Amino acid sequence: MIVVALPFHLQTLAKVEGDVELYLEGAVTLGAALDALEARYPVLRGAIRDHVTLKRRPFIRFFACGLDMSHEPAETLLPEEVVSGEEVFMVVGAIAGG
Amino acid sequence: MSGVRVLVGTRKGAFILTSDEKREEWEVSEPHFAGWEMYHIKGSPVNPNRLYASQSSLWFGQMIQRSDDGGKTWEAVGNEFVYDGDPGTHQFYDGTQHPWEFKRVWHLEPSLTDADTVYAGVEDAAIFRSTDGGKTWGELPGLRAAKGHLWQPGAGGMCLHTIILDPVNPERIFVAISAAGAFRSDDSGETWKPINRGLKSEYIPEAEAEVGHCVHRISLHPTRPNTLFMQKHWDIMRSDDAGELWHEVSGNLPSDFGFPIAVHAHEPETVYVVPIKSDSEHFPPEGKLRVYRSRTGGNEWEALTNGLPQSDCYVNVLREAMAVDTLESCGIYFGTTGGQVYASSDSGDNWTAIVRDLPAVLSVEVQVLP
Repeated sequence: MIVVALPFHLQTLAKVEGDVELYLEGAVTLGAALDALEARYPVLRGAIRDHVTLKRRPFIRFFACGLDMSHEPAETLLPEEVVSGEEVFMVVGAIAGG
Repeated sequence: MSGVRVLVGTRKGAFILTSDEKREEWEVSEPHFAGWEMYHIKGSPVNPNRLYASQSSLWFGQMIQRSDDGGKTWEAVGNEFVYDGDPGTHQFYDGTQHPWEFKRVWHLEPSLTDADTVYAGVEDAAIFRSTDGGKTWGELPGLRAAKGHLWQPGAGGMCLHTIILDPVNPERIFVAISAAGAFRSDDSGETWKPINRGLKSEYIPEAEAEVGHCVHRISLHPTRPNTLFMQKHWDIMRSDDAGELWHEVSGNLPSDFGFPIAVHAHEPETVYVVPIKSDSEHFPPEGKLRVYRSRTGGNEWEALTNGLPQSDCYVNVLREAMAVDTLESCGIYFGTTGGQVYASSDSGDNWTAIVRDLPAVLSVEVQVLP
């Protein structure tokens, strides 16, 4: 089980409050985590990654254990602390726009 | 007694304003989709409680929201706008060819006959259609075949902002794109042709080019769908043959630049514009917010000022931000970038701000409810 923190607007879209818990089978990669998130909350499809290319939207960031994973490839394994549920995988709306 | 519902899209959410047919007292809703850019909200003519809304964000992309209870509750529907096939390229600011990239939905136009059918005008310019209430979208790619490789974005982006479904000929659709021009389909969107003959734009290399004109808005009266009125970047234009040929009707306006244009609900020759000072200032001339009305189908215009600020006013009125209602005494509505929505219940003679301090207004639509 991993815990994912969503920015306010994505919580509103997904109709959740606070962090969400996801159960993944197999390797817990960045891409697998996002696949599981979108499978559970289909309304988030297109809001984090492009529908077709699955590229991260420019003003979305992925943080975990103090690391910026935004530029990592989808097959990158999430840190062990995230996989064990001790640390939160953060989907962040970048501070931008003034 | 009839009611009136005004659907207001702003930079930071949507608002629904309601009144009875007197249009004197207004209730303003709490913000819907607070913090999101709400480019356009429009109701189905078939089922007025079916609303479609374009919700977008630089951060989180495009959402389409649908309501079946007049905006009390909403459901996110489909947001996958994928161009048909390889969309190729269009002209870019630097003269190179640039790939087509979906950015946002500017305009939603519900079908005149089916509440589940709705059209979307998008940036980069294209038209999409949904026949399942907004769950899935398919492009009508024939539009981009109308010299799309020559289109290029204006300052606001290469947006398809106007969709008009002909109320008499169900196979005819008009669209307008900044900065490509106006286009018409006579076969339900399969094929399209530019309808820009007569437009003269000195700011493009070939002033009378077939495409490349910065059309800001087109409007028509439903009983005379062959007569089109256009607010171009500069010039008010008129066509009486469904866009085959345009002629200028700017007449005595203090500025022929502006964004919206609207036609009176019961008088096909009565037209409204809001002159704006340009280039680049984009606020009313002399700091006076004036709607101009022509009762002669153009050329002769009168300033409507009663109730509108006549000093120190430097707001803009954007292209989607004017609408008319169909009550016996026609109501006219427009919103400003300063957050006011002004209404007139007497065809423009007198105005009042029905709400004053919203975020910058992007769009205004109005519904008359039974």
